Amino acid sequence: MNEKLTMAQALNRALRDAMAADGTVSVFGEDVGRLGGVFRITDGLTAEFGEARCFDTPLAEAGIVGVAVGMAMNGMRPVVEMQFDAFAYPAFEQITSHVAKMRNRTRGQVALPMVIRVPYAGGIGGVEHHSDSSEAYFAHTPGLHVLTPSDPADAYGLLRAAIASDDPVVFLEPKKLYFGADEVDLDLPVAPIGRAVVRRPGTDATLIAYGPSVPVALDAAAAASAEGRSLQVVDVRSLQPFDDETVCRAVRSTGRAVVVAEAPGFVSVASEIAARVTERCWDALVAPVRRVTGLDIPYPPPKLEHLHLPDVDRVLDAVDDLRWETV
Amino acid sequence: MRPDPEGLLPATEPVTLIDSDGAPVTPARAVVPSTPDLVAALGAMITARRFNDQAYALVRQGRLAVYPSSHGQEACQVAAAQVLSDGDWLFPTYRDTAAVVARGVDPGQTLTLLSGEWHHGWDVAAHRVAPLTTPLATQLPHAVGVAHAARLRGEDTVVLALCGDGGTSEGDFHEALNFAAVLHAPVVFLVQNNTFAISVPLSRQTAAPSLAHKGAGYGIPGERVDGNDVAALLAVLGEAVAAARTGGGPRLVEAHTYRMQAHTNADDATRYRDADEVAAWSRRDPVERLRTFLTRRGDVDEARLAAFADDAERMAATLREELATDHRHDPSELFEHVYATPTPQLREQLALLRDEAARDTPAGEASATATTAGGAR
Ligand SMILES: Cc1ncc(C[n+]2csc(CCOP(=O)(O)OP(=O)(O)O)c2C)c(N)n1
Repeated sequence: MNEKLTMAQALNRALRDAMAADGTVSVFGEDVGRLGGVFRITDGLTAEFGEARCFDTPLAEAGIVGVAVGMAMNGMRPVVEMQFDAFAYPAFEQITSHVAKMRNRTRGQVALPMVIRVPYAGGIGGVEHHSDSSEAYFAHTPGLHVLTPSDPADAYGLLRAAIASDDPVVFLEPKKLYFGADEVDLDLPVAPIGRAVVRRPGTDATLIAYGPSVPVALDAAAAASAEGRSLQVVDVRSLQPFDDETVCRAVRSTGRAVVVAEAPGFVSVASEIAARVTERCWDALVAPVRRVTGLDIPYPPPKLEHLHLPDVDRVLDAVDDLRWETV
Repeated sequence: MRPDPEGLLPATEPVTLIDSDGAPVTPARAVVPSTPDLVAALGAMITARRFNDQAYALVRQGRLAVYPSSHGQEACQVAAAQVLSDGDWLFPTYRDTAAVVARGVDPGQTLTLLSGEWHHGWDVAAHRVAPLTTPLATQLPHAVGVAHAARLRGEDTVVLALCGDGGTSEGDFHEALNFAAVLHAPVVFLVQNNTFAISVPLSRQTAAPSLAHKGAGYGIPGERVDGNDVAALLAVLGEAVAAARTGGGPRLVEAHTYRMQAHTNADDATRYRDADEVAAWSRRDPVERLRTFLTRRGDVDEARLAAFADDAERMAATLREELATDHRHDPSELFEHVYATPTPQLREQLALLRDEAARDTPAGEASATATTAGGAR
């Protein structure tokens, strides 16, 4: 069954379908009830499933995540919403000290099947604390899965997979992509966690991107093709676990790679990807792997964010630098 | 000796000095502020209301990225500024721009965060007003630290810290109150209970009898006040500030008020509250209440009111003018204040941005500006 949905609607459908399929799935957080969340991702869930299954909490992120830990310990599958990226930081202690470690500490006795949804990253003209890219903090923490979709179909499939997972998942929703619509096949089997996907074929170089940077990479590939260069685009989708196989196959097929991500580049997921690709594809590379990332600064105010965010030009400049003259 | 818990608990009814019809409440449960103080408060509230209206218009014109309105909360905003001396500190949240204006900060600078020009606009030390804080309750421990440092430095400074009803659920709120009490720091916490935290009503936020009751658990006296009655606020907050200044330790004041507009321009308040409730609160308007009271007593006349309106209009005109300008941003702004000394990586990135800007700037125009960076390749 194909339907045209925005990413926000696809996420809403994923929550609804998961709640309908499994009575232990419960959704809570700030403003998720009557308001349906500030981005309306939980719209209608309280009306459909009742206050016990979708409810507003007191305003306290550490409490929300901590209570979810306890609920997961006692047979539920909580899905909690952090209202914006930077407002998940009060819950950081719970996420890194407990959510990530419970299985390991208890030698597998206690699993935490829970999802922490975080609207994240920039490009929406938001003021301070509304545009952070927090993926590295989470991806750096063993014990967490970290997923980030880039289109409505993946948003649906990955969120269903996250809810079904027996491991805790930090689910990063690129908020600048919330309201772009696309066809979604809701009958497709739930995509497994941990698979990257080639979004656009190409033969000259591979752009590796995830979440909010995937459309930037696709635009760059379109622009490059007008200039006669064929760029392949890989969408990582799952930052942890990381799909070395798909990414490396893609890089090997072109011999050149650029990683595109909007988080500051220093000690970033982009750094990790560049290092892995270099280690694994060294023999096939004709140029060093380049990274195009955000600047190493606190997220700037709205009037300056365009200077921070990777854009098509920066991606193409990096592609130009990939030692084309040597072959 | 530990304080008697009874003495820490708020009275059952919030303190009110002027009722919603603008009539004095007798017998008064607090000392009524002086006429000059009340007249000054009226002027500041008229300005605060005009400031709100102007900011709302600026959002519609795309001049502000977002505006969290304090329409309906002008009494709290003005009283928070008015009870402080020049050397005292104010710690505001995103909703408290009107309090910052009342404290004497240039209205345009007050809106810098919300216009998207930069994260902050005014001289913090000169005004003794901390930056607007967005992550809820996170400014409260800072307020305690400033107050504690003031005591260590032998100053008689008082710190007034603002937060909303929702913010009282955050861990930082509780840690701040506990520290303040243990350190006996000169801090007054003013919770503007405007009934909603975005869509969540107080009943879903706390099961406590009132927010002021939360003080008792930490050893802090809690008080409740009618948040739409500036006379009561000036009295209660004034007394709390005086007590803190003379070594009486922290106080928690809960002001009962209402946010008349949506949470911000991005919010749809009709989803979670009904028009009757809003209408009922509009009959308790803080500005009207004081205007009626002072007019009836003959403390202000038409000429005085007209002068207040003129002042407010002039402020609005200046604000419009300031925000109408598109500032040219130099990429170096991004790198200037990340560290005291820029790292080599940041210097490298600045060079990259200058390079991009130079490529995009038409010949002859040397300066690198944000408006042209990232343009044609
Ligand atoms: C730590 C944190 N979590 C979530 C948010 C998002 N948020 C912004 S305002 C708000 C409601 C705040 O309500 P309240 O404290 O009552 O203050 P009011 O806005 O009513 O003045 C929320 C949830 C935030 N700013 N900070």
